[in-house]
Amino acid sequence: MSEALFNHQTVDLRKSTIRDLNTVLQSEDVTGSWEVRHPDGRHSIAVGLTAPIDVTIEGQVGYYACGMNQRANLTIKGNAGPGVAENMMSGSVHVEGNASMAAGATGHGGLLVIDGDAGARCGISMKGIDIVVRGSVGHMSGFMAQSGALVVCGDAGEALGDSLYEAKIFVRGEVKSLGADCEEKTMTEEDLDILRNILEKSGITEYDATTFRRYGSGRRLYNFHVDNASAY
Amino acid sequence: MSESKNMPPRTVPRFSATFDPFTISEIQRSAATGIYDIRGAGTKRKLPHFDDLLFLGASISRYPLEGYRERCDTDVVLGTRFAKKPIHLKTPVTIAGMSFGALSAQAKEALGRGASAVGTSTTTGDGGMTPEERGHSSILVYQYLPSRYGMNPDDLRRADAIEVVVGQGAKPGGGGMLLGQKISPRVAKMRDLPEGIDQRSACRHPDWTGPDDLEIKIEELREITNWEKPIYVKVGASRPYYDVSLAVKAGADVIVLDGMQGGTAATQEVFIEHVGLPILSAIRSAVQALQDLDMHRKVQLIVSGGIRGGADMAKALALGADAVAIGTAALIALGDQNPDLAAEYAKLGTVPGAYDDWQEGRDPAGITTQDPELAARLDPILGGRRIANYLSVMTMEAQAIARACGKSHLHNLEPEDMVSLTLEAAAMTRIPLAGTEWYPGKTGF
Repeated sequence: MSEALFNHQTVDLRKSTIRDLNTVLQSEDVTGSWEVRHPDGRHSIAVGLTAPIDVTIEGQVGYYACGMNQRANLTIKGNAGPGVAENMMSGSVHVEGNASMAAGATGHGGLLVIDGDAGARCGISMKGIDIVVRGSVGHMSGFMAQSGALVVCGDAGEALGDSLYEAKIFVRGEVKSLGADCEEKTMTEEDLDILRNILEKSGITEYDATTFRRYGSGRRLYNFHVDNASAY
Repeated sequence: MSESKNMPPRTVPRFSATFDPFTISEIQRSAATGIYDIRGAGTKRKLPHFDDLLFLGASISRYPLEGYRERCDTDVVLGTRFAKKPIHLKTPVTIAGMSFGALSAQAKEALGRGASAVGTSTTTGDGGMTPEERGHSSILVYQYLPSRYGMNPDDLRRADAIEVVVGQGAKPGGGGMLLGQKISPRVAKMRDLPEGIDQRSACRHPDWTGPDDLEIKIEELREITNWEKPIYVKVGASRPYYDVSLAVKAGADVIVLDGMQGGTAATQEVFIEHVGLPILSAIRSAVQALQDLDMHRKVQLIVSGGIRGGADMAKALALGADAVAIGTAALIALGDQNPDLAAEYAKLGTVPGAYDDWQEGRDPAGITTQDPELAARLDPILGGRRIANYLSVMTMEAQAIARACGKSHLHNLEPEDMVSLTLEAAAMTRIPLAGTEWYPGKTGF
């Protein structure tokens, strides 16, 4: 990475490689705000970041953009491919367009906000991340989700929350069907507080928390029993 | 006696080969419980195995090396294809992936101590990396599994290599299990799960499907770890030619091929016994795939599943593997199946040599348990010494065979050093049947 490029804190992916980009963004002394130009749908953009920097990606990204993020705050000004912000630990990722399948998969922390729709398996195996989708999510979203919250302002596809553990799912629109062991729960004051907090930090003011419904685990599949065999 | 004299002769009780006593007991157990049997370990059925091969040794046309004077090297370098920092093992036998959760912390520490003492690697498992195993393993391979339990980028960077687990030999196509008895508070916290539940691991990765996605996933892992770490891809033996080819295409540095004799912490008996291939039948196809792609010895091949000693290791290497991995054998070396524990095994309804209810967490040897009192029975320092001893013996045994074949390095062993004892082994390995130059599929006899 050239000194000039470093000082401008702008990386043009038509002139630099993904390796160049990630090397500088992952460096120990990186600071400030960064702009990534011409991402052109490339994969593994801005992955494995550890510093509390701001990164704006000007366009569409491919697979695993912002994967395994720690502490950085990233904005994607376009659509995202599969596995955006996968296994995020902390920080935030904001997708201004739509996201493909497995958005926020296995995330352990941080906040993922998707302004558009998210594809299938949004929040699959999530482990503490909060995911907010302004639009709708595809089938099997929240599959085996362990903890954290999945907030869907639009509709949810088939088999929402299949084999859910302790993650909380909030949906404002229609749910096509619930997956195995996922059931609607009574929205408690504690749930409303959690939801309001997530909506607020996501910058969503147009929806009131009380207009959402909450879904969680029925906990009937937590231990093997023959009577539950038909659930699988 | 007078009664028996008056009775006509009767047939002695005859057991059915089809409905043998074990089968009958399984039907009865299923009817009583309504749940399939879940157990640990690998297949117990008789399968074609390394015992069906023999080395020829030296003769007039081949001359041997002096056993105690001439060198026979054993080292292997893994990850030479793309990784900036390949790993160098002093002996081509590694410890296979076994999780903290399935095993006690003491057992993981002992495996690390033993492997480190002889200059080889250990491997994490489902559930993440513990500080103990990182601390006691000089070379640690970090498994990247579908569940992603405990997965974090810091541990990826702390690892010496990364193993993307697609499947394992005991259950190709199946996910993991860890029953509630073993979900201790620490295990639950590491996996972000409620205590005491029957944990199910996914069978597919959550964010990729198929070889094209795998290629992108591997690139992401390399980007996150600065292209330093060797990336392994582990597959259960099922379609080895195609799986190896696709793993190479996806960019693997190392391929781990696990046969159905490989163990598991907990899986359905029907899965263990009826899905997958014996490792003997898979190695030659895997090597052929590497050779067809001009990647043999460039992408390293590790084979596992039923490796018991130096002879098995030497045969696997002669078939074209670069290294082997052991799991069940390592647990036995640690103290699993110890005859001194016969009375305690009896309380569990079993005997030394047959104990396989590893999923229950009541292992009297303190290995496959999370019970603090049972786990404390295993001294990790002594256990580490036993592992080191065993690995050393394996290496020396393989060297003895290699020297007898005139080889100055274990990797110089080759198929031509061996013969098959059975038609099945000859067909699977394309090693000629003993006394002939023929194997099934080869014209002429």
